[in-house]
Amino acid sequence: MIQQKIKNRLTKEKLMLWGVCLFAALTAVPLFAILGEVLLRGYDQLSWSFFTEPTPTAYKAMKAIEAGEPIPGGIANGIVGTMIMLGMAVVVAVPVGILCGAYLAENTKSRFANIVSYLTDLLQGTPSVIIGIITYIWVVVPMKGYSAIAGSVALFIMMLPLIIRSTEETLKILPSSLKEAGLALGGNRARVMLKIQLPAAFGGIFTGVLLAVSRVIGETAPLMFTALGCSFMRFAIDKPISAVPLLIWEFFNDPNLQELIWGASLFLLLFVLTLNMAAKFWCRTKVL
Amino acid sequence: MSDKLYKVLLFVAALVMPTVCGGVIYALVTDAYEAFEHFGFFRFLTSSEWSYTEGAEVYGALPFITGTLMTTLLALLFCIPFSLPVALFVGEYFKGTRVAAVLSTVTDLLAGIPSIIYGLWGFYTLRPIIMAMNISPQGSGVLTASLVLAIMIVPYAASLSAEFIKMVPNELKEGAYSLGATRAEVIGKVVFPVAGSGIFSAYILAIGRALGETMTVTMLIGNTNNIPDSITSTGNSMASIIANQFGEADDLRLSSLIAIGLLLFLITAVINMIGKILIKRARIS
Repeated sequence: MIQQKIKNRLTKEKLMLWGVCLFAALTAVPLFAILGEVLLRGYDQLSWSFFTEPTPTAYKAMKAIEAGEPIPGGIANGIVGTMIMLGMAVVVAVPVGILCGAYLAENTKSRFANIVSYLTDLLQGTPSVIIGIITYIWVVVPMKGYSAIAGSVALFIMMLPLIIRSTEETLKILPSSLKEAGLALGGNRARVMLKIQLPAAFGGIFTGVLLAVSRVIGETAPLMFTALGCSFMRFAIDKPISAVPLLIWEFFNDPNLQELIWGASLFLLLFVLTLNMAAKFWCRTKVL
Repeated sequence: MSDKLYKVLLFVAALVMPTVCGGVIYALVTDAYEAFEHFGFFRFLTSSEWSYTEGAEVYGALPFITGTLMTTLLALLFCIPFSLPVALFVGEYFKGTRVAAVLSTVTDLLAGIPSIIYGLWGFYTLRPIIMAMNISPQGSGVLTASLVLAIMIVPYAASLSAEFIKMVPNELKEGAYSLGATRAEVIGKVVFPVAGSGIFSAYILAIGRALGETMTVTMLIGNTNNIPDSITSTGNSMASIIANQFGEADDLRLSSLIAIGLLLFLITAVINMIGKILIKRARIS
């Protein structure tokens, strides 16, 4: 009787262990399934011209498919657009985010800082499609047209809370003796922040920026209502512009261009995952 | 730079947050006002019609609210059997080992994949499987969307739950072991009760993620403007109707879409706030 009971408990114990291992392992399956599918279907599309030529028109693509040739052209317009919008967003979001994060780290007790901290959480949790609507109302409507500027404003709003949080958290875990030593040497607060705290926190902040970039680079929904997309190479910032995720969405909806989906996805996926890994690696080696 | 100037500069930078958030709420409310005024707040919420015939335009949010709730709850249901084992694997069974680090890297990478690529995978891989299994004829629908959504929220739920499982004090677990408990019993009788509130808040935040997910759902839910009558039928979520129709909408329809956006914003804000408060409480205790 008692032996039977003990046996039952031990079987349960084993079942639990194996169940946990099995289901935890199953969780890894989608990652490899997605990576595998995108790699297998996309690798033969990657070529030099894929990165240097803009997307073909649907007509050209149709002709190529009829003739049995690979679709000409690539995603250069999307890469250029992504880089332009991301560049503008980063240039504004990084300084503003660092200053705001420094404010939160320096004023932990003030009521206003509490509100700012709460609002940062609020903005971070806001669905990206709503950021798209907001930017449409704020920028696209007054400017009377879609533009790269609008797209970069959307990306800016999405990156800001991430950079604020990483700056604040990194500054907060620095030993307070560091700051006190600086102040004791006669440096004023600004100088101590600029010459001691920020350099010491550089690793954490840089990781935060990398993660923020990798988060927004694949965003599609907010760009649909702001940057709109454009089928040729364009460098003007007041006109509609393309981006890599927008191109994937375009290819998905156009039966003639569907072959190009996988090359573009492979590029985006590799880019995002490399940034992610780089951030993680940097985080492990450089923070303090 | 003097201390005073420095303080002012930081304060001005911090003012960005209230400005942006105030602007978000102001813009959503003023632009949604037309729809609420035209249909009435409660009628807009409870009407299931979505018709843009000129002259007889009727817009109601109920199908999309239902769609969002269905996909989110189903995703949560599918996510638990995977995220909980991952959390136990990383936070209890193999705590601090190399295998655990590998598994957390895997889930981190899952969290990094852009949602449009999840959508593509769901469309080209999962959808044919669902069709082949005869679950639904067209393959897309609430079920397909929720399955992919579940994969997307596993990393969030798992990493946060693992954090709380790790924090369970060793003395408590050792106490149970010394009384003769097996590891499974320790997990059931000590780890879950102690880490429970933290794990619960992790799932609340995962719900917050799933609610607003746009591209994946848009590509997989089938995009029909009706209340889904079963989990295999097609529908639309609040985010996907916006993604689908925002570009072509104007006047009353645009306002109705923005009104749906406002509702979605409020729902996610409340869910996230509850999650954050619960997490803070769980961390303190």
